[in-house]
Amino acid sequence: MIPLQHELMLSGVLFSIAVAGIFLNRKNVILLLMCIELLLLAVNFNFIAFSRQLGDLHGQVFVFFILTVAAAESAIGLAILVVIFRQRKSINVEQLDTMKG
Amino acid sequence: MSFTEILFYVFSAVLVVSSIGVITARNPVHAALFLVFAFFNSAVIWLLMEAEFLAIVLVLVYVGAVMVLFLFVVMMLDINIAQMRAGFTKYAPLGIVVALIVVAEIGSVVWLKSSGTDAITNALGASSGTSAPAAAAGYSNTLELGKLLYTEYLYPLELASVMLLVAIVVAISLTMHKRAGQKVQDINAQVSVNAKDRVRIVKMAAEKE
Repeated sequence: MIPLQHELMLSGVLFSIAVAGIFLNRKNVILLLMCIELLLLAVNFNFIAFSRQLGDLHGQVFVFFILTVAAAESAIGLAILVVIFRQRKSINVEQLDTMKG
Repeated sequence: MSFTEILFYVFSAVLVVSSIGVITARNPVHAALFLVFAFFNSAVIWLLMEAEFLAIVLVLVYVGAVMVLFLFVVMMLDINIAQMRAGFTKYAPLGIVVALIVVAEIGSVVWLKSSGTDAITNALGASSGTSAPAAAAGYSNTLELGKLLYTEYLYPLELASVMLLVAIVVAISLTMHKRAGQKVQDINAQVSVNAKDRVRIVKMAAEKE
């Protein structure tokens, strides 16, 4: 049986890799979206680890809904990305300053 | 160490390496392919963690749909890779430091006996260190998950389906692109047409033989 601590540690390592990815690839929106997918995957690992540890399926139902939300999020994110690229011919985050944020 | 544990550590190592590949790959296509590999490894680990339905869903939905969408977009856009990579080494130390801090914090929470997972499992009544007993032979993860989804979580499930519908509508309406000279139906004009505008009935006398 795999110890719970090791599962949680794997999830933590995965999460921190994704956070580092957001720092490293801060110009490329596509890679930022991929890093968000990795973050959500790490969170799902936690839910499944605790679901098995406690013998409770509600955690897996939550993972199901997180997967749904993540799929919708990436579809809309990529659609926005395509529209931005069509207008600006670039997906560099630093050039997206029209709104002066 | 049992066979499942060895498999878990092997696939975890591959998962970590491939996710490092995602964030360091020079080419976005390679990053997407590394992410596909990471999702496959995660699905195997989820199988080992007895979440069979979610493992299959991860492969079907993520590898089959979401990552294909990513690859389509990556290949459709003409990205200047060199420009995107500028500043990579500048931010690398900061990113690595932040990642190590996050790992250290999560590790301290997980491994400390007083505040860690032992406390959580003790509080919830399970014995610490050991997992819940393995499922019986006839146990079906999909069946149990389906029972839960269609009874207790029926309304959240319907909300999720509506959300997916909204995502479809948003994605199509954002990327739909009106070009000049395209032949399209004007539904409003079609519906509001009257018979008397179209057909003219001419009364005329019958002709003699």
